[in-house]
Amino acid sequence: MKPAPFDYHAPTTLDEALSHLSSLDNAKILAGGQSLVAMMNFRVVTPDHLIDLNRVSELSGITVNDRRLRIGAMTRQRDLEFNAEIAKVCPLIQAGIAHVGHRQTRNRGTVGGSLAHADPSAELPNICSAHDARIEIQGSRGKRMVPMAEFMQTFMTTAIETDEILTAVEIDLWPAGHGYSFQEFARRHGDFAIVGAAALIDLDADRRVVRAAVSLCGVEAAPSRLPAIEAALTGQKLDEDAIEEVAGLAGDIDAIEDHHASSGYRQHLARILTARALTEANARASGGQIGTNS
Amino acid sequence: MTAKRTITVDVNGKQYQREVEPRLTLADFLRHELNLTGTHVGCEHGVCGACTILLNGLSTRSCLTFAVQTDGQSVTTIEGLAAPDGTLSPIQQAMAENHGLQCGFCTPGMLMTLTELLRDDPDPDEAKIREVLTGNLCRCTGYTGIVAAARAAARHVRDRAEA
Repeated sequence: MKPAPFDYHAPTTLDEALSHLSSLDNAKILAGGQSLVAMMNFRVVTPDHLIDLNRVSELSGITVNDRRLRIGAMTRQRDLEFNAEIAKVCPLIQAGIAHVGHRQTRNRGTVGGSLAHADPSAELPNICSAHDARIEIQGSRGKRMVPMAEFMQTFMTTAIETDEILTAVEIDLWPAGHGYSFQEFARRHGDFAIVGAAALIDLDADRRVVRAAVSLCGVEAAPSRLPAIEAALTGQKLDEDAIEEVAGLAGDIDAIEDHHASSGYRQHLARILTARALTEANARASGGQIGTNS
Repeated sequence: MTAKRTITVDVNGKQYQREVEPRLTLADFLRHELNLTGTHVGCEHGVCGACTILLNGLSTRSCLTFAVQTDGQSVTTIEGLAAPDGTLSPIQQAMAENHGLQCGFCTPGMLMTLTELLRDDPDPDEAKIREVLTGNLCRCTGYTGIVAAARAAARHVRDRAEA
């Protein structure tokens, strides 16, 4: 189908974009457009005004300072995929980004767009969840940082107010040599995940877990962090049995159900993918052979 | 409402200036305003890949981009792949020789995706080719001929570079 008529605005600064947003009725922010324009073509979304951020250059860019990674909201998914520094300091992003749509959509799709769209099965919010990212949001009343745990509230609903724009993501980097893994099950490569699992593991010299983070997408209405699993992992030296046992806890989540998969199947995938992600992350942190499930 | 806007776009090396409605997708702009009907429109929601073009050199769904967004930018379509004298590009030639198309509907999108791939990665293995092609649906060939064409075009380009 074709989208309903709208007025188009192409600001070149964030201030200009914010002023459009606070003065126009039924306005929508356009980032990469890989979800929004599809929804407009279906007329699921019919804004009267589209505020295109693609010419607001201050919103793009990747910087690493003081063990902190900052990604501008309009940074393309492609730029994460091919960024050598990200591959080095925050490898979970690259592992996960490979599952995001296709080459053609990553060329255009943005980090901020994926977060603001807040699809429960999306990989980027899940990566941000595992990394305890802070989401920078700006509005006419100023700037605020929202912890990822409070940012995605439910299906396609975030903490962004109607007069605000998501402007950046900040991630505190894990120590060099940490283990990471992103595992996903989808019917076809590039499809929306049925379930995805992100894991981060940091080991001490004795290969005991100092710190672990596990987050799932596609299981609940927003990314599911698994603190019980993280606590159970800490202090342990991980082997197959230990991982199997701990990952079993992921099957206890009250999983969503839709025409793609039942709640029980999602719980099954949550267990299996958590185990695979922990196995691969642990192997990587140990500097050993990585698993074969990547 | 919906004031029209004047845009100037470079398409296949030629400048076009047109007045467009904001809601006009780039795919429809190319087809209906510029009569470049080689870009095909399939699903209109970014899934099938038939409308893939290169925007500033990067493969892009032209059904998920509005024409107004491309003001001052550069677009390459299937019509821009062959040389001015009609000589097919290596991947176009290889598609013809390897039976990489049957009905031809997906072919323009396939060619744009593969043109980008072979430009950035002159020696992709089969797994890489298949991964990149997940963004383009073909309902007739079973992809085997398309993958073979990509491999053949890569070989051809490498041989020519070494010659």
